[in-house]
Amino acid sequence: MAGNRAAVLGTGQTKHVAKREDVSIAGLVREAADRALEDAGLSYADIDAVVIGKAPDMFEGVMMPELYLAEALGAIGKPMIRVHTAGSVGGSTAIVATHLVQAGVHERVLTVAFEKQSESNAMWALSIKIPFSQPLVAGAGGYFAPIIRGYIRKSDAPLDTGFQVALKDRLNALKNPYAHLHQPDISYEQIAESPLLWDPIRYAETCPSSDGAAAMVIGSEAAADASERPVAWIHGTAVRSEPTMGAGRDRVNPHAGRDCAKAVYAEAGITDPFREIDCAEIYVPFSWFEPMWLENLGFAAEGAGWKLVQDGVTAIDGDLPINMSGGVLSSNPIGASGMLRFLEAANQVRGTAGDHQVANASRALGHAYGGGSQFFAMWVVGAEKR
Amino acid sequence: MRDVAVVSFAQSATRRDQTRNEVEILLPVLREAMEPTGLTTQDMGFTCSGSSDYLAGQAFAFVSALDAVGPWPPIQESHVEMDGAWALYEAWVRLQHGDIDTALVYAFGKSSPGDVGRVLSMQLDPYVVAPLWPDAVSLAALQARSWLEAGHSEKDLARVVARSRRNALGNPHAQLSGDVDEEALLDEPLYADPLRKHDCPPISDGAAVVVLAAGDRARELCDRPAWIRGIDHRIDVQALGSRDLTTSASTRLAGQRAGVRDIDLAELHAPFSHQELIVAESLGLEESRTTINPSGGALASNPVMVAGLVRIGEAARRISAGEGDRAVAHATSGPALQQNLVCVLEGT
Repeated sequence: MAGNRAAVLGTGQTKHVAKREDVSIAGLVREAADRALEDAGLSYADIDAVVIGKAPDMFEGVMMPELYLAEALGAIGKPMIRVHTAGSVGGSTAIVATHLVQAGVHERVLTVAFEKQSESNAMWALSIKIPFSQPLVAGAGGYFAPIIRGYIRKSDAPLDTGFQVALKDRLNALKNPYAHLHQPDISYEQIAESPLLWDPIRYAETCPSSDGAAAMVIGSEAAADASERPVAWIHGTAVRSEPTMGAGRDRVNPHAGRDCAKAVYAEAGITDPFREIDCAEIYVPFSWFEPMWLENLGFAAEGAGWKLVQDGVTAIDGDLPINMSGGVLSSNPIGASGMLRFLEAANQVRGTAGDHQVANASRALGHAYGGGSQFFAMWVVGAEKR
Repeated sequence: MRDVAVVSFAQSATRRDQTRNEVEILLPVLREAMEPTGLTTQDMGFTCSGSSDYLAGQAFAFVSALDAVGPWPPIQESHVEMDGAWALYEAWVRLQHGDIDTALVYAFGKSSPGDVGRVLSMQLDPYVVAPLWPDAVSLAALQARSWLEAGHSEKDLARVVARSRRNALGNPHAQLSGDVDEEALLDEPLYADPLRKHDCPPISDGAAVVVLAAGDRARELCDRPAWIRGIDHRIDVQALGSRDLTTSASTRLAGQRAGVRDIDLAELHAPFSHQELIVAESLGLEESRTTINPSGGALASNPVMVAGLVRIGEAARRISAGEGDRAVAHATSGPALQQNLVCVLEGT
């Protein structure tokens, strides 16, 4: 996509936990925004506009909460946009903020995403039966389990591939002070023996329910050049959507995901993603989605994603580290989970990822998806201008 | 900024629709807006929509609506949990990049299945205000009282309502229209003191669709495109005690940034009669110079999440028809005019 250069100037997130009972929703988002501004060396007065995202409003029970949150985010007298694209929303929100800068409308935009799941009940919110619509009282796991079974059947993946992913991500989370799940004693056996929830998904292969927020400051080239802090240059952004229903859909390897990956690589000038991308944060709410997305993203041939997992390629010291932060499997404030992927990718190329830093990461992918594997948002960030 | 124009607009009739769901309301409107352009969903460079899960009473309400658009093969698409006017803003920003030339914008909302006044209470501070359940009409009434005490008259409200009803006679999509007597309006009983029922909007279900195009593409698709010469939006603090309710600081600022001046016609998203006067004053509009709400405005039909986009579409339609050279459209969101968007359109 043409447009002006843009960069991530600063990032911030909360410590993700099951219940943040010490803060309101406003307090939660403010904490992440304060940290992003501090990281960027900026204040609220430097911000031109605020772009906020979250998953369905029923997850907290507040309709269009950005109206009430405007004051806490320093948005009074400024433009404020609220994005909602299902699970991909954290990524889409960062992209809307980026586009405001690339279009030349603003110099510095604060973008925030959050979910405070403890305020309501996400499982209930996902399962409301309204008249004349198909009831789906199964939550996300019930929806995705058959898709995973489809993947296993098509790829002949060893049945413990999901355990390996869960073990890797939970071990990575121990290096991330913000991760929700810190399980120092986690083991392969623990995961393999955890209760079977939705065949083949076991309890330890699922994401937690988290309260948490993520924030970034996106700035123009001039703003980035003026910054004394490391920045992440945004080399490419892309979104793609496809329908929920349709005979032609491949839910295991969705068309929209493949198109989105192609578009973001083209914009970033990437022809061989496996070689040219140093690490990636991808949206894996159930362990098996790591090998599935490795294929959808073009890191592996169709049916071969599980081999990268089994060979340790996606470990933090592997050739293509995936979800160094512990990923969605270790923290899942739903609306923020996509932005956390984008944010962690940015921190990797800024060299500010702390204990889960990949050495010399200069180009990273952030990925989010939502709905019935139908909404995709991605960005590629780099240490150098492009 | 790149020249972007509204090249097509369609809207549904607005009413309490007890037979059709959101997708069924939206689908024919999509067709009507896209047909004159000859474009398909897949031709659109970008698609963006506005709606609210709380109106539908269901999480991910926008997902099934997208199915109506037909995103197969996959498309570039986004959604705002806001009135469709803000979806149009996002599409306008996206068109500035220069790599795409067209965008599809739509909004839909059904207010009738629930108690929309109470549903909108859910927008308020969830810890200290929403538990009191102040409904949308009562909050507007507090604003109207404040506005009257600042030295205005109930007669001004009746004048706004009578003009809205009269103008709506020429709008086939309007829900409320008629030739009404201003004096008779003031004889009606109070509904939410100081507002009477006619000072409040009807309960409307509806959908609207706009097609945007940039530069030469716009000229190819429309004889007289309505060019967006300025567009800006701003938000005020929500708490009613923290702002002056008799004016709209965010509307004033957005109007200045969008370049509101020499306006022939204005479509203002004012669901309550006093709000039209507040918005007009904040934009510096004079009725002697500017035709205000020729469609009848939101007092004539108010499909929540749609009515703001309808203002832009109505203003653009009249510009394209040569009814004026320069128009302003306004959209609002939140209690008592909290958030406001202003869009200036020109025929040349």
